[in-house]
Amino acid sequence: MKKIIALMMALCMVFALCACGQSEAPAEDAAEAPAEENALADLKLGFIFLHDENSTYDLNFINAAKEACANLGLTEDQYIFRTNIPESEECYEAACELADEGCDIIFADSFGHEDFMIQAAKEFPEVVFCHSTGTRAHTEGLDNYHNAFASIYEGRYLAGIAAGMKLNEMIEAGEFTADEAKIGYVGAYTYAEVISGYTSFYLGAKSVCPTATMEVTFTGSWYDETAEKEGANKLISNGCKLISQHADSMGAPTACETAGVPNVSYNGSTIDACPNTFIVSSRINWAPYYEFVVNAYLNGEEIPADWTGTISTDSVLLTDVNEAVAAEGTAQAIEEAKAKLVSGELQVFDTATFTVGGEALTSYMADVDTDPDYEPDTEAVENGAFMESKFRSAPYFDVQIDGITLLDTQF
Amino acid sequence: MNKQSKGPLVHIVKRGSLPWYAAWGIRALAIVLALIACALVTTVTTGENPIQVYAAMIDGAFGTARKTWITFQNMSVLLCISLAVTPAFRMRFWNIGAEGQTLAGCLATAACMILLADKLPNWLLICTMILSAIAAGAVWGLIPAIFKAKWNTNETLFTLMMNYVATQLVAYFVILWEVPKGAGKIGIINQSSELGWLPQLFGSKYLLSIIVVAIATILMYLYLNYTKQGYEIAVVGESERTARYVGIKVEKVIIRTMAISGAVCGLAGLLLVGGINHTVTTTIVGGRGFTAVMVSWLAKFDPIIMIFTSLLLVFLERGASEISTDFGLNQSFSDIITGIILFFIIGCEFFINYKISFRKAAGKEG
Repeated sequence: MKKIIALMMALCMVFALCACGQSEAPAEDAAEAPAEENALADLKLGFIFLHDENSTYDLNFINAAKEACANLGLTEDQYIFRTNIPESEECYEAACELADEGCDIIFADSFGHEDFMIQAAKEFPEVVFCHSTGTRAHTEGLDNYHNAFASIYEGRYLAGIAAGMKLNEMIEAGEFTADEAKIGYVGAYTYAEVISGYTSFYLGAKSVCPTATMEVTFTGSWYDETAEKEGANKLISNGCKLISQHADSMGAPTACETAGVPNVSYNGSTIDACPNTFIVSSRINWAPYYEFVVNAYLNGEEIPADWTGTISTDSVLLTDVNEAVAAEGTAQAIEEAKAKLVSGELQVFDTATFTVGGEALTSYMADVDTDPDYEPDTEAVENGAFMESKFRSAPYFDVQIDGITLLDTQF
Repeated sequence: MNKQSKGPLVHIVKRGSLPWYAAWGIRALAIVLALIACALVTTVTTGENPIQVYAAMIDGAFGTARKTWITFQNMSVLLCISLAVTPAFRMRFWNIGAEGQTLAGCLATAACMILLADKLPNWLLICTMILSAIAAGAVWGLIPAIFKAKWNTNETLFTLMMNYVATQLVAYFVILWEVPKGAGKIGIINQSSELGWLPQLFGSKYLLSIIVVAIATILMYLYLNYTKQGYEIAVVGESERTARYVGIKVEKVIIRTMAISGAVCGLAGLLLVGGINHTVTTTIVGGRGFTAVMVSWLAKFDPIIMIFTSLLLVFLERGASEISTDFGLNQSFSDIITGIILFFIIGCEFFINYKISFRKAAGKEG
């Protein structure tokens, strides 16, 4: 008896499934209908985030999205936030659902979302898809799929100056000798974005503290609090005097606070949790990009396949310097270097400032067009500097320069 | 003198079997109570209107055609893994390694798609994927089974550990096949050529896994209830000694059943990678290997009832995720809601199996 009823219920469900599959099919077509009038009042934005506010990385995006929506004067029903969307088919489904709900522009924030965003962009040609940190827009040739990044290496360089000055201060105080000025860096993967980040940070530090060296460890994850904490502790026990990181949890900053080692942070200020060790933090401000895309969409202007925010567009920001920890004059030194970067007088990857295998870098073929064989395809050294973020927005600097030791490169 | 009142105030008695309508009545009541409890928690902690929250849950699971399809697709994967663990559970073999067995199937599928895409014609590639996914899952299930049968190792620990081995293997291959260099992710495999992608049925990319699992459900139901092997599983589960006495080779049954268990997990892995995600990550199974244990238990190891329990769990998950979007609540809140509902559903089984009787007021007369 029980079995028969169960079977009948199962059958009912199968029919119900077929029924709703058929009856709702036209509704889907309606949702895909093109919206030609690009008026602000009709605009709807969708945002896809990898985690929620608990990740410093996503918090940075969420704040920017809120700020941009407020600046544009959008009402609450004009934007949808989808948090905790993993880098899998769920990202594609989330993008499609947002398109179904009438979103005109859909943003995603995580590198691993890219393939799934492209998949959705092919299915919804009327909807604009904008993916931060991705690499494939310039080769994919889709009119409605765009990448964006910011010249965060400039921000890292400036933060590096703060680090170098702190090292100098500690050397002068007699805490260690100039030769022992070693920086530790907790990275996620041996990915170009990370390499570009720690190299620019190191070059910034070296510009004020010439004897500085660096050790880098990798965690194999963009967000792994335990591994990041362990990594920072390992670097500290190896004799690193100052730590910075490129991974998204509070692992490294809290390890530094516990050990009393100065820390240069990323993605935003960590001063609340680490008042005694936090120096400064660089971050990308995504609000200008969001506003740029929306305005371009409303005015019917073309959105470039790659958009690179700079210091001038307010896309690369540094938090306030923590005067309690930073060396004297840090804020002023940062301002001076910033002005030089904006004017072009200073280049972060100036080939005169670093060597590779003991020799100056005169030519380097970078892997700008993503392919499974990592084939180098573009000459990136021009006029005595490595041209980062010129040929695509996402970083492609992956050169191993002298003075930096990689501890574990299995990731 | 009231000697009768010396007994305890509350007395728990094991019930005989309840009529089916009474059992389902208790379950329905549990769900109603769960919803009331959730409503209270929602109103007190967030100030949101609970009715709207429930409406949002239904909207999240069935709000549009696409959402309905995704719900059924997710359900099919969860149901497939639940079907896989069921024969082992019926045998009282506590296989909590479905996560790893599915992951092994995922990895085998992805390996074929990456390494053989330009070497084989597409139909042959897909056949290779099917065979290797099922074989990989089966091997992952066989290893603990052989150890259990030969040396009586603890299958719960063994299958659990195999999950971590599978995760680490996938982590290794993700780094090996990552695109671009250092990215730590594979991305969609053969995105432009779609080689090795399982075909779409009737133009719907969601239908294939639903149909495959529907067939698997019927086959599993028949296998467990109407075949000699299914009966052997039940006998071994009831009592190994009885099984030996009647001449069943217990070792053989354990090994064979776990091979089937693993193979069905491998099938789920094939659907996940070849049909749905077209990529592999360490988290692609997403804990469904463990949720499947709950699905199977809630349904008392009956494949047909599992259709409903898997739908319930997927509904809760999808609805909960919608709540966090609509009301700007943290994902943790939806986990709380899911937890409360499951607590009531699992808890109500107690009242189906046991009766609570209170001390009779008769003693007061004295």
